Amino acid sequence: MSDERDLAARLEAFVASEEGRRPGQVRVEGLRRLAGGASRELWALDLELGGDAPRKLELVLRRDPPGRLGESDRSLEFRLLAAAAEAGVPVPAVHWCCADPEVLGSAFFLMGRVAGETLPRRILRDERYAAARRDLARQLGGVLAGIHRIDPDRPDLSDLASAAGGAESARAEVARIGEGLRAMAAQPHPALDLAERWLLERAPEPSRRTVVHGDFRLGNLVVGEDGLRAVLDWELSHVGDPLEDLGWLCLRAWRFGSDDLAVGGVGTREALLEAYEEAGGGRVDREALRFWEACGNLKLALVFATQARLFLDGLPSVELASLGRRIAEAEDELLRFMDGRA
Amino acid sequence: MELLAAVRRFLEREVVPRLEGPDRFHARVAAHVVGMVAREIETEEGQLLGEWRRLGDLLGGAGARPASRQELRGALASRSRELALRIRAGEADAGSWRERVLDHLRQTVADKLDVARSPRHP
Repeated sequence: MSDERDLAARLEAFVASEEGRRPGQVRVEGLRRLAGGASRELWALDLELGGDAPRKLELVLRRDPPGRLGESDRSLEFRLLAAAAEAGVPVPAVHWCCADPEVLGSAFFLMGRVAGETLPRRILRDERYAAARRDLARQLGGVLAGIHRIDPDRPDLSDLASAAGGAESARAEVARIGEGLRAMAAQPHPALDLAERWLLERAPEPSRRTVVHGDFRLGNLVVGEDGLRAVLDWELSHVGDPLEDLGWLCLRAWRFGSDDLAVGGVGTREALLEAYEEAGGGRVDREALRFWEACGNLKLALVFATQARLFLDGLPSVELASLGRRIAEAEDELLRFMDGRA
Repeated sequence: MELLAAVRRFLEREVVPRLEGPDRFHARVAAHVVGMVAREIETEEGQLLGEWRRLGDLLGGAGARPASRQELRGALASRSRELALRIRAGEADAGSWRERVLDHLRQTVADKLDVARSPRHP
């Protein structure tokens, strides 16, 4: 496809310029599109750098779709990955970043490609990950403690404070989600209105103020036979209460059928929290955590409603069409919380 | 209904095994959606009538039940909106009406889950 050859050529020119090499000394091979969402493009590629100190890199290109304004800033994600690496969080290595839309049509960055599995179905069912699964909940606890160790006031992350989702308080966050639901959902959801009031009544004071990943769960983690290898998809990161990340990870929706194992279908809350606290994450108030789990369900309903809205507004996708139906799962969970059955 | 079952079987047995990656995933979703539609066709009338009755009990003042399925769906959306407004005004925050609202919502959500029967949700 000429589009791919054009993209490859532009990448070669960009890297050559960044690295002070002659054009012919940089070669892009195996450029292929990876599955990604509507809001971002992911490509895999191999890069050969010739000249002095030749090397070969296996990379992933992440860019905003050309011609669209990205909601999230690609360079912020790049800087977050670098900060995460400094805090000892396993993440892809970052290589080059470019905010200039002239180069590739939109802002982009290049990071290392981490080998491993991201599909929850495979991580949970394949025999080859059995050993990794046994320790995974603890590993996730340790890694989250690392993420919450990143200084949210670092000068190079100053634009993180204004990223979406960084509400001043848990109450404000609940109210924001409720407003979003009423705007997005195709039908009224009185169960969600009831849940919103229940949550507002129980909104806790913030435990701490940290960097929050925003979507930490299987599906956004690279897992190998040796365990967790990298944390991906930092698009929804913001500054907030770290319990939000812990709560989100424990949603029933992310257990993929293994319901008795609260943490992503691989381990218990106790294992997660013990490891989190041991790794310096701080004492976790169990009641506050319950709030954030419940709140996570309300947020999940909003995610489903938003994605279904994309379909209703004309983006053809059988997957998006069926997502609106999943709102009932979030409603069911919230009713359980309100009943004390969750 | 047998038509839908045939389409679903075709997708699951002939199409899904021949595809890979994202296409395979989408074909699986398509098969699941067909199953959902079949269940909805079977259960919708009973569920809508049940919901109409429950909301009538909760909110009062229902008026005559709309004759057509289409009109009933529309009227139910209005009644649900009415319930949502009363919830947001704080009327279900406590007391016996809250319990009745919760009973209604549990049944409504259980009905929806029955139809959706997501493979990952117990």
